[in-house]
Amino acid sequence: MNVGYLYSLLAVIVLGLIAYAGVEAAGLQWLFGILIPYLGLTIFIAGFVYRVMDWAKSAVPFRIPTTCGQQKSLPWFTPNRIDNPATTLGVIVRMFFEILLFRSLFRNTRVEIRGERLSYKWVIWLWLFALMFHYSFLIVVIRHLRFFLEPVPWVITLLEKADGVLQVGLPILYISGVTLLLGATLLLLRRVLIPRINYISLAADYFPLLLIIGIAITGIMMRYFTKVDVLKVKELTMGLATFHPAIPEGGISGLFYVHLFFVSILLAYIPFSKLMHMGGVFLSPTRNLANNNRRIRHINPWNHPVKVHTYEEYEDEFREKMIEAGLPVEKE
Amino acid sequence: MAKIPKPQELFKSIDYSIPKKKWEDVPPDFSEGKYCYPTKRKNLEYLDFPTNKGEWSPTDEDWQLPDNWEEIIHNGFKERLEKYRSLKVFMDICVRCGACADKCHFFIGGGDPKNMPVLRAELLRSVYRKDFTTAGKILGSIAGARKLTPAVIKEWFSYFYQCSECRRCSVFCPYGIDTAEITMMGRELLSLLGLNINWVLEPVANCFRTGNHLGIQPHALKEMIEFFCDDIEELTGVRITPQFNRKGAEVLFITPSGDYFADPGTYTMMGYLMLFEHIGLDYTMSTYASEGGNFGLFTSAEAVKRLNSKMYMEAKRLGVKWILGGECGHMWRVINQYMDTMNGPADFLEVPVSPITGTRFENAASTKMIHITEFTSDLIKHGKLKLDPSRNDKFKVTFHDSCNPSRAMGLLEEPRYVIKNVCNHFYEMPEGTIREQTFCCGSGAGLNTEEIMDLRMRGGLPRANAVRYVHDKYGVNMLACICAIDRAALPPLMQYWVPEVGVTGVHELVANALVMDGEKERTVDLRGEPLKEEEEDTDE
Amino acid sequence: MNDRGKIIAGLIIFFAVFTFPFWYNHGAASSVPEPKLTDKAKAAKTCVADTQFMRTEHMKLLDAWRDTVVREGGRVYTNENGKEFMASLSNTCMDCHSNKTEFCDRCHNYVSSDPYCWDCHTYPKEEK
Repeated sequence: MNVGYLYSLLAVIVLGLIAYAGVEAAGLQWLFGILIPYLGLTIFIAGFVYRVMDWAKSAVPFRIPTTCGQQKSLPWFTPNRIDNPATTLGVIVRMFFEILLFRSLFRNTRVEIRGERLSYKWVIWLWLFALMFHYSFLIVVIRHLRFFLEPVPWVITLLEKADGVLQVGLPILYISGVTLLLGATLLLLRRVLIPRINYISLAADYFPLLLIIGIAITGIMMRYFTKVDVLKVKELTMGLATFHPAIPEGGISGLFYVHLFFVSILLAYIPFSKLMHMGGVFLSPTRNLANNNRRIRHINPWNHPVKVHTYEEYEDEFREKMIEAGLPVEKE
Repeated sequence: MAKIPKPQELFKSIDYSIPKKKWEDVPPDFSEGKYCYPTKRKNLEYLDFPTNKGEWSPTDEDWQLPDNWEEIIHNGFKERLEKYRSLKVFMDICVRCGACADKCHFFIGGGDPKNMPVLRAELLRSVYRKDFTTAGKILGSIAGARKLTPAVIKEWFSYFYQCSECRRCSVFCPYGIDTAEITMMGRELLSLLGLNINWVLEPVANCFRTGNHLGIQPHALKEMIEFFCDDIEELTGVRITPQFNRKGAEVLFITPSGDYFADPGTYTMMGYLMLFEHIGLDYTMSTYASEGGNFGLFTSAEAVKRLNSKMYMEAKRLGVKWILGGECGHMWRVINQYMDTMNGPADFLEVPVSPITGTRFENAASTKMIHITEFTSDLIKHGKLKLDPSRNDKFKVTFHDSCNPSRAMGLLEEPRYVIKNVCNHFYEMPEGTIREQTFCCGSGAGLNTEEIMDLRMRGGLPRANAVRYVHDKYGVNMLACICAIDRAALPPLMQYWVPEVGVTGVHELVANALVMDGEKERTVDLRGEPLKEEEEDTDE
Repeated sequence: MNDRGKIIAGLIIFFAVFTFPFWYNHGAASSVPEPKLTDKAKAAKTCVADTQFMRTEHMKLLDAWRDTVVREGGRVYTNENGKEFMASLSNTCMDCHSNKTEFCDRCHNYVSSDPYCWDCHTYPKEEK
């Protein structure tokens, strides 16, 4: 069995310990509270731009959408304007469904052998876990804006209210926190327990999941269990957001720095990893192009002449046979 | 041809369990029947393609790679990363979610994990990481990187020739990662080292020289077609005299050469001829551009362009107004997604207008080439064909969507419309096995070669399985398709898995139903078999 | 096909949204609010528990009080030092901390915490 997850688990634990010890034992608050977060953010932005522009540099020689529905041809055949878009608007709608609702993943099926036959079953679990994970993450990130904005805009407050609508416990339980941890855990369990998925998984597939689980656990700990002084936390984060970084007096528990360190690592890790799928999905040529090649010519920037076999060369080789067979020729 | 097990044994041998060893450590299987034969050197030389150092076989230890093979691959990879954003993005963004894993027909029918699209791509990706990414250079195997070795090249050869570039996986991939792109790039890289298979390269060389994959020379082609015309006259009493290389015709008709040559494609060819005669189409065929298909697609982009160039060059020379294309799968990927970009603009042609109905095909306004089922469905819609669908009554028909017209074009309703108008009994295979989710015949992308029958029967199993379903449920006995490779590959597939079902092109069915002017009463179909099979039975 | 412009535009939009906090706050250093104690609170010196505990855990204490009062009818809370208090937000807490705006709301607003205590409970009228 592929035990790549052990490397990644070890890496995440070591990273957590480094931050904890760095703050609690070595007193390196400025390093883990100021320098590394700024560094992580800088690497993220610079790296992300570099990677996307690197993709942009590569040509798109052919228009190769994967068509998933009827083409636009004759008026009495209803085209599938979204899954086989013929226009830019169609492409935008297709990308909207793909990026915001994971359209393709929703199609997922599973093959099974039943007696002497194959059968296919529609399975939505992966889609469901993925959707749960990504949207929870998004909501959690947006919620965290309360630590970076002053005054806190009403939309953020509204989102928090909605997220805490169950009114369980005090501080009120955020649904997104639970679903994030649950989603990430389910995706991780899938990788560990399903042999086929385990077989294809790399250490680089476990690491971000474990890191995010680490972020979620430390966050949940701080909010519900071990408690940190949230005023001091906001003092620090506002310092970061206003470029007047300072470590608050009185200190914040080491757990917070572990949380912040994990987030910084995640940010810095994104540009070097598969997490770039967040940018790459926009640039996938099988999805972001219209199927209108026969109507509008697509230009290949590096289209170059190739050696062709001309009709003249052809006729030169076969002229006699052609004449004999009564086929018209250019030169008698 | 290697012996293959009986269908039941083969089915039982499907094994989805996961090997104990990591995939990197499992060598590819080059036992007889598991690999395609390498190309003959003469084909490479004729095409001025790169060659390796000498004769070789996949079973050899030494593949006679050029001395600087690592440099060739590295530079070739680099060049393609710059030329194809698809490759670069697909190398970078796969998250290995596994959604593609059981979408590949070769995986479904065999269970070799390296036939999961994700691992097929990892074959390239692992080398990409080592050579082109920082993480891969530093972390090595932990980051999923590995060094390029001759063993990796062998693995590429094995698995990039176990992919039929059908694009089914890309329908399910949340990022649209298309293994066809990966396989194309992999095959291009192999081709740079002189490693190609004969079943692809021989047709490419033939096509370059004679204008068609089969290497049929002009006089022979004319004879073959005239032979069909004799058959047609015998069946219908109508004499047809198709013309070749005629300047000034309105339409140039191009169809895959498979239809000139082998049953049941030949009946489809007869179908076209009868249809054109019936509507009085002013058309010509060409002996120079006598191939609709393009095996270049299974070799390299360069080869695609070299072969495809003939269509426009010939259309220009003959001075036709537009081009009509026959039933073929990968041909239509080339025409829909590559031709105009590669060899256009076709500004010497006009937007196709049906001379019979006046319909203007705006969807082909730039490429100026339309699909025969677009053309025929327009004829039917306007009531221009006299049809007697009851002549196809002995057939209970289902339709196999070919990979490329489905997933690289979206030609789904046109053939169905035609079939439903010429047949009374049409049954769809189950959802999930048709339209954009259709299964490959198992022999696409140059794999319909005899020496890998085992692989082909496995790859075709999902298709056959769905045919079996409608056969059992509705008594389906005829599998219609719009692809010449299908017409070559599906008959042995059906023979193996569902022997009760035959294979036909759509225009064979059209011609069966077509009531031609001045025809004699028809008692047999194009194959010379009685129109109504059951009669004998009822007499008893 | 040249789509570099579109890609750059996409990146700009993404980072404009992503760096929202940096330009929303106008780079101004914000002042961290301190809860203001009333004279009565100052005089009392200690709350039901020590200050650090109350800063981070008061909501949990109130939650526990609510449960014991409402579900078990227990009105008496004994703290670590054995001192007894009536478990009541309105009568005990707000007795000393009668300045809700300056004691509760300041910090709650700062960290965007909007507890629903006051949906049911009353709080002393404050003089402006």
